[in-house]
Amino acid sequence: MEAIIIGIAKSAIRLATPYLYASIGETIGQLSGVLNLGVDGVMLMGAFSAFYTVLKTGNLWLGLLVAIVVGAIFGLLIAFINVTLKAEQGISGIGVYIFGLGLSSLLFSTMVGTVQTVSGFSPLSIPWLSNLPIAGEIFFHQNILVYGAFALIPLAWFILNKTPLGLSIRAVGQNPEAADSLGVSIVRIRYFTVVLGGMLSGIAGASLSIALLNVFQQNLTNGMGFIAVALVYFGAWRPTTVLIGALLFSTVNAIQIWVQVHGINIPSDFTLMMPYIVTIVVLAAMAKRRIHPPAALNKPFERGE
Amino acid sequence: MKMKRMIVILTLISIFVLSFGFGASAEPFRVAFLMPSAINDFAWSQSMYEALLTIQKEMGKENFEFVYSENMFVVADAAAAIRDYASEGYALVIAHGSQYGASLSDIAPDFPDTSFAWGSTANVFTDLGITNIFAYEPLSEQGGYVNGVLAAKLSKNNIYGVIGPIETGDAKRYTEGFKAGIKSVKPDAKINVTWIGSYSDVALASEAAQTHIDAGADVLTGTSQMTVGAIGVAKQRGALWFGYDVDQSALAPQNVVASVDVIWAIALKPMIEMIKKGERGGKIFTLNLANGGLKIVVNDEALVGKTIEGIVKGNIEVKVEK
Repeated sequence: MEAIIIGIAKSAIRLATPYLYASIGETIGQLSGVLNLGVDGVMLMGAFSAFYTVLKTGNLWLGLLVAIVVGAIFGLLIAFINVTLKAEQGISGIGVYIFGLGLSSLLFSTMVGTVQTVSGFSPLSIPWLSNLPIAGEIFFHQNILVYGAFALIPLAWFILNKTPLGLSIRAVGQNPEAADSLGVSIVRIRYFTVVLGGMLSGIAGASLSIALLNVFQQNLTNGMGFIAVALVYFGAWRPTTVLIGALLFSTVNAIQIWVQVHGINIPSDFTLMMPYIVTIVVLAAMAKRRIHPPAALNKPFERGE
Repeated sequence: MKMKRMIVILTLISIFVLSFGFGASAEPFRVAFLMPSAINDFAWSQSMYEALLTIQKEMGKENFEFVYSENMFVVADAAAAIRDYASEGYALVIAHGSQYGASLSDIAPDFPDTSFAWGSTANVFTDLGITNIFAYEPLSEQGGYVNGVLAAKLSKNNIYGVIGPIETGDAKRYTEGFKAGIKSVKPDAKINVTWIGSYSDVALASEAAQTHIDAGADVLTGTSQMTVGAIGVAKQRGALWFGYDVDQSALAPQNVVASVDVIWAIALKPMIEMIKKGERGGKIFTLNLANGGLKIVVNDEALVGKTIEGIVKGNIEVKVEK
């Protein structure tokens, strides 16, 4: 029983990692009023740029840095389209997704050509903690980007709830007119959150290509960025509940793999439906809680006369 | 004498002109190829792309042209592309995936002068009165069986992991063959099979490989383009890998023991000959070990060759305790 729990929990934590980076970035962006559906495209660009850098230099930290920079550039692009040009956010996000998908595929075809593997971040045992029974094995024998993803949750919670910056972000997303009249720059805050979201999406991609999978393939993320956006709604724009949502989704996925590996006789079609069934049931159960998205979400800011 | 020379010269000129005229009038054979992933997926689509390149090399670029569309995973998009290619007059449109069958049966009757091909399947829709669809089908179970026998010989734990996409077609046949091959050597083998529900979810394939290795498997195999994620894990954790579709040894030279290479050209060449003779479809081409449509590529260069080279060059020293 112990081995089962450890196996499933370890899988779930690995699977949750890219979602956490992308979802927290998206949460912060949406709290300031910007819906970005292009997460998957930015993740792909982050994944490719990190992979390519590591393939050429062998330097993992440089790879991560390049992914962050590429994510930031995409964040700037998204912010320019949505904040400065005030485009329709849902549609422009899909545009950014397709752009990222296409550009990463093109660069991969021309610069790499074929699927290759790299040596990515390997698991790092944390002294003392890794010796703890069960928990040590589950939590403290992971790679550095897994630790980073989980450290991000309290950090994001603290910034959003305990700092003036967090207050400004939420004010801009909830009531931009009031925030504006108090001298908070809507444009500056939204640029900040969207660029930060881009950087985190870049790391999410890198966590796949140079830490968890150590390969790059066209459309490597396979739609993960869209699940990350769904997790933001699932988590009701709170880092802690986003974490719960990501863990729930990845745990059910880990269980369905485990059930199949151990030959428990359930049709594979059914086990594959499990993560989605659980997600729908939980969403339906939560619908009663009547959680409202940030009031200004998806609305470009126009200063009144 | 002069007259004779004139005749010879005129004959030569006319032969030259005629052959030139014929050369120019002989249209190249034009093929359009649609695939669900990309030409460099190290699996399903790449193997067909390589077959078309082989044929182009053999027939010459002036006699054989092909175009392709990648990432046609959405069947509706693929159907539109199939229709476009057919109306542009390609002699053969290859829809490389078992998901495209319904679209083909819908489109083919509108283009009686175009041939269509798809697979893996044994369905050419002659029951619907359609005469211009070919099908191709590798007997993947044969390749799976060979891989299974090798796997059984090499496994220490006698536990094996299969990471398949969706429990159907090629993937299912390969898996059944792999299991039978192992059981022929070690009837008590433990073979764990996972279907990840996707041809492209690299992350889930990788996690399935982790779970298999945690469950004691030291030999893994699988089909479709998502398996690159599993090969990455095999490489990292030192498990052996058996490949399918193309030679996958370049991804992990120390871990990939053998791959089943599907040689689609074995189906395409006779298909092209039939089309040239005016037959547009109705035939199923089977690929197997007997006709060379399936080849087992053993990674002897990396595994055995490197070891021999290491000993010869002195990089590997084999010590004997006295």
